[in-house]
Amino acid sequence: MTNLYELLTADVRIQEGLKACMNCGTCTAICPAAGFYNYSPRKIAETVQSKDETAIKELLCSDEIWYCGECMSCKTRCPRGNAPGLIIMALRSLSQDLGYFTESEKGRQQLAIKRTVGEWILDYGYCLYLEGVGTDLHPEQGPVWDWIQEHWNDHLERLGANYKGTGPGILRKIPEETLVELRRIFDVTGGTERFNRIEEFSEIKARELGLEFGEGTENEYFRHVYSSNNQKHSRE
Amino acid sequence: MILSGKAAIWKDYQKEIADDRYFYVRSCVRQNFFPGAETTFLRIMREELGKDVYEHPCHTTCTGIGYHSDVVPIDTMMTVVARQFALMTESGYENLVPSCITSFGIYTEVLDTWKHFPEVEEKVRNYLRKATGREFQIPKNLAHASDIIYKFRSEIAAKAKYKLVNQITGEPLKVVEHIGCHYSKMFPSKGVGGAEYPYVLVGMIEEWGGELVDYPERRHCCGFGFRQYLVQANRGYSMSCSHKKFESMEPYKPDMIITNCPGCPMFLDRWQYAIAEMEGKTYGENGMGIPVFTFEEVAGLVMGYNPWDLGLQAHQVSCEPILDKIGIPYKKEEKYNGIKGKKLGKPEMPVKLKCC
Repeated sequence: MTNLYELLTADVRIQEGLKACMNCGTCTAICPAAGFYNYSPRKIAETVQSKDETAIKELLCSDEIWYCGECMSCKTRCPRGNAPGLIIMALRSLSQDLGYFTESEKGRQQLAIKRTVGEWILDYGYCLYLEGVGTDLHPEQGPVWDWIQEHWNDHLERLGANYKGTGPGILRKIPEETLVELRRIFDVTGGTERFNRIEEFSEIKARELGLEFGEGTENEYFRHVYSSNNQKHSRE
Repeated sequence: MILSGKAAIWKDYQKEIADDRYFYVRSCVRQNFFPGAETTFLRIMREELGKDVYEHPCHTTCTGIGYHSDVVPIDTMMTVVARQFALMTESGYENLVPSCITSFGIYTEVLDTWKHFPEVEEKVRNYLRKATGREFQIPKNLAHASDIIYKFRSEIAAKAKYKLVNQITGEPLKVVEHIGCHYSKMFPSKGVGGAEYPYVLVGMIEEWGGELVDYPERRHCCGFGFRQYLVQANRGYSMSCSHKKFESMEPYKPDMIITNCPGCPMFLDRWQYAIAEMEGKTYGENGMGIPVFTFEEVAGLVMGYNPWDLGLQAHQVSCEPILDKIGIPYKKEEKYNGIKGKKLGKPEMPVKLKCC
C-alpha cells in the first residue's frame, strides 16, 4: 500500500510547515475557520505528525481538510514556526491526486472551482473573468453589480480600462500566444493532470450519486456541489 | 552606522522599497472590481511622481486564487510566476510591483521556497525552459503597490488638495485599516511594520491627516478564504468573518475603512450590503454603511481627483458621506455616467441599506 505520510512529506509545504508540533493549540485559537467550522488546525498537525496511515487516509477523505481559508494567520503565531495552512495545502493536493476529495461534500466542490477559476485562467489568462457572472450566483454583489454588468463596457471604458484590447491595460485581451504558453506550463507541471483528475473522479462520483454530469455549470452535479450544504459543518 | 535602542528594534520592521523603474503586474480582483484604483495608481506614479512604471502586455494572472483554492498545483503556480519574472528580465527591469496582495504573498512564498530549496528553483527553471524557452533573473526588489505609495506618502501629502480631516469639526477622520492576510502574516519581514505593527496603511492615514482606529479584530481576515467565498455553499464563513470585524469596529464609530488587498474592500463593502438586507443591521451613520476604499482611491481623493474617475460609483456602500466630511466637491448627476457624459442609468436602491 502507498505510504501516505511519505507522499505528503515529498511536498515542500510539509517540510516548511510541519517541523515538530507541540500541540499548544495557538493555531486553533487564532484560526478564523476554527471560529466558524468544527475545525482544529492543531488536530490536523497532530494527525499528520502521528504518521498514522489510517487516520491520514480518513483526513484525506474528510470535510475537515476543506474548512481552512488559507489566510495563514497560523503561520504568524506558531511558536515553533509551523504552518498548519501549508499542511492543509499538501493534504488537499494529495486528496485530489488520489481521488479522495469526492468522498466529502466540501471536497467535491473542487469541480466547481476548477470549472470557474481554473478554466478562466486557461481561457482568459485571469483568475477572475466576471463579465456575465451576475447576482444569480452572487446575490451579495448587490444592485450596483447588476448595473455594472449591464454597462460592463462603458463602465470599464470610463475607468480607463483596455477591455479586450491589444497592448497593456486593465482586462486587456491576453494574446493567444501567451495563452498557449500558459497551457504548456500547465501540461508540463501537472496542472492539466490535476484538472483532468478533478473531472474524472467527479464524473465517477456523479454516477454514484445518480446526478447528471455535463460540461460547464449548467448540469445537476455542478449545481449540487456548488450549493449543497448539509448544515453539519459549523460550530453551532 | 550602528543602530541602537529603538532604532535597532524598529529596523526589523522596515523593508527596502525600490524608488524607481518598476515592473507592474496587475490584479485579477482589482481589474474586475476596482479598475479605477489601478488607473489611479499609474496616474499618481507617472504623472505626479514622474516614475517609470512598465506593464508588459503578455503578463497574466499569477494563478494565486487558483493556487489558494487548490486547483492549481504548486509547481504550476511557481512556473507561471517564473514566466512573469522572465518578462520582467526581458524588459530590462528588476523591481517587481504586484497590484495584488495574494500575488505579493505568492511571489514572496516562491522566493522563500527557492531560498530554502534551491533544487526546486532549478526544477522550475527547467519547467519554464521546456514550456516556453524563457530564462529569468530573480527580482532585485519586491514591493506591493501600497509599499510604493507608502514610500512616497509625504510627496503625495505635499501635492494633496485635501486632508483626511472633517472640515466641519476640524477633527481627523477616524480610519480603520485592513492590510490583508497575505501582506505580512506569512512573511512578516516582507511587510512594512511586519505582522505585529503593520504600518503600510497607517503611514498613509497619519501622513494625510487621519487618525487610526485600533479595535480588537483589526487583524482578523476579511473572510475571502478563497474556496470559502468562491463556492456558494461556503459563503457563510466569508460573511461571518466580515460580520465579526464590523461588530468589533462599530463601537469606535469609524468614518471610513482603507484596505490594502484588492479582495478585502469588495468583501467589506458587499457584506455590509448583505448584512443590512438580511438582518437590517447597518454600521455607518443614518442607516448607511461605513465607506470602504482601496489605498489608491484614498490617495486619489486627497490628490483631488474626480471621485467618479476613481471609480467610487462601483461601491455598494455610498462614499458620499466621506466626500462631504472632507469637503470634496462632486457632481451627483455625473456619478453613473460613461465617458463624454453618456448616460448609463443608475443602480436600483437596496431595500434596507441606505445609499445616495
